[in-house]
Amino acid sequence: MTAFFQSLGLSYEWAWSIATVAAIVIVALLVMFSVAMVIYVDRKVIGAVSMRRGPNVVGPFGLLQSFADGLKVFLQETIIPTAANKGIFLLAPIITFTVALAAWAVIPFWDGGVIANINVGLLYILAISSLSVYGVVMSGWASNSKYPFFSAMRAAAQMISYEVSIGFVLVCVVLFAGTFNMSGIVYAQQGFGLGVINAYVVHPLLFPMWVVFFISSLAETARAPFDLTEAESELVAGYQTEYSSMSFALFWLGEYANILLMCSLNTLLFWGGWLPPIDWAPLYLVPGIVWFLLKTFMFFLMFSWIWATVPRYRYDQLMRLGWKVFLPMSLLFVAATSGWLMATGHFDRAPAFVPDPAAVPPAFVDTTPAQPEAARAKS
Amino acid sequence: MIQAIAFYFFATIVVGAAVMTIMSKNPVHSVLWLIMAFFNAAGLMVLVGAEFIAMLLVIVYVGAVAVLFLFVVMMLDIDFAAMRAGFSRNAPLGLAVAAVLLAELLLAAGAYSAGGIQLGTPDGSAVQAVEVSNIEALGALLYGRYILLFEIAGIILLVAMIGAIVLTFQAPKPGARARQDVDKQTRRRPEDATVMKNPEIGQGVDL
Repeated sequence: MTAFFQSLGLSYEWAWSIATVAAIVIVALLVMFSVAMVIYVDRKVIGAVSMRRGPNVVGPFGLLQSFADGLKVFLQETIIPTAANKGIFLLAPIITFTVALAAWAVIPFWDGGVIANINVGLLYILAISSLSVYGVVMSGWASNSKYPFFSAMRAAAQMISYEVSIGFVLVCVVLFAGTFNMSGIVYAQQGFGLGVINAYVVHPLLFPMWVVFFISSLAETARAPFDLTEAESELVAGYQTEYSSMSFALFWLGEYANILLMCSLNTLLFWGGWLPPIDWAPLYLVPGIVWFLLKTFMFFLMFSWIWATVPRYRYDQLMRLGWKVFLPMSLLFVAATSGWLMATGHFDRAPAFVPDPAAVPPAFVDTTPAQPEAARAKS
Repeated sequence: MIQAIAFYFFATIVVGAAVMTIMSKNPVHSVLWLIMAFFNAAGLMVLVGAEFIAMLLVIVYVGAVAVLFLFVVMMLDIDFAAMRAGFSRNAPLGLAVAAVLLAELLLAAGAYSAGGIQLGTPDGSAVQAVEVSNIEALGALLYGRYILLFEIAGIILLVAMIGAIVLTFQAPKPGARARQDVDKQTRRRPEDATVMKNPEIGQGVDL
């Protein structure tokens, strides 16, 4: 896209800036649209499981239900409690929403379809997702009400606990891939299973790690059965009790954007990302983004299926699972994985996966490679 | 151009947030400003090309340390009036610390403007900048040349962690409620816990 703006006669730096902003807007809008559709799917699945119809009034098959809800919420009055800490109260939903969108910067939707193809992509996602706890904690504190505060405390402890085991799971994946770059991790999965299956999950050392990652991503996004932050029988509506109108909607959208992000991480790290499931030439005729979206959608269906099926955990059970089951297990698997890879000579064969620059199609927004020599010398 | 704009943007916010950290009256606001400063410092790290350090700064300090900090500060029950009462008493100490820090800053600025120091290597050759990514360079140093120091640091942290656990661990007192056995709880079935009774009218149930 940078090349397109450069052809309009802009200098490289300005063309790059405009292309980046354009890409951010496109991705943000598409993520928001997917969130709206996914909320509809979620409600349909829940409806089907409990033998109801789900949303079916607004638009054909109720498809426009989320947009109607959005409009309704937009037109409502924003109520700020008088005892609330006003600035932080209003900042909290904005942080939740922004952080949920910011993580999408390093997600490759197809081969080269990524805003920022940075070589610490996975760490960036960890960093951004560790920020999302602030939206919850700030809203709980600023509401100046006891139930939101309890909820915020729960959320903070829960997210930190599960981030630890997620971190170790990611170490296993990175050991196999030899890179933190998201695209690099997907390239490394090509023909991984017996030379035909494009997925990490088929490896006996990585399959248990995927299970841990999937359950941890439920806990990290505070989805059922780990939605203790919003346990309505104990905490009213959790940290968003005092919120109304758009400030509530931002939490809601941010939460679903995070869920989609976790689904796409499952796809990218363990299920081959944009690659077709089997390394067979005709399947590559289907565009990569179709495979990516199909896999991500499959994980979202699993999320809503679990929501509809599994009862809520107790808080001590949640902590036990995180610290006493997942943490030792993932630590053991980090040791086992590195031992296995050393024993099989994986690190001697592949020092680090570096895609051939000529073979990779230009990124969505070209970063450094297309930079002219003059500009590089200057910086 | 863009680099310069980004630098001054991040730098201004870091300095501003740092000032607000000590100026704001509410300790929770202070912690939030501190987090703001951390985050923008990470932005500065990215600008100088240390993206790995930047991400670690956010993950470790913003994502873990500052959350716990915020956690504690939010639950503190502070009497602000009592806190400010000590101001005049502690002012000389604070001024002394400030003077030392200012002197150090001036010294550092003076040393910097006098020119960089020559870093020596054991064989006397100049330090070479290499074209490898941050992660590889750091990894090669930590797990290569400094492996012993790195592992000693790891052991020390492990010992500290075990120490903290030992200090806070309380053995269950005799007579206290039995600890939970999750396997036992999940194995429990309705038949083990309930009994069906069909008493006659006016008879009551014999337990």
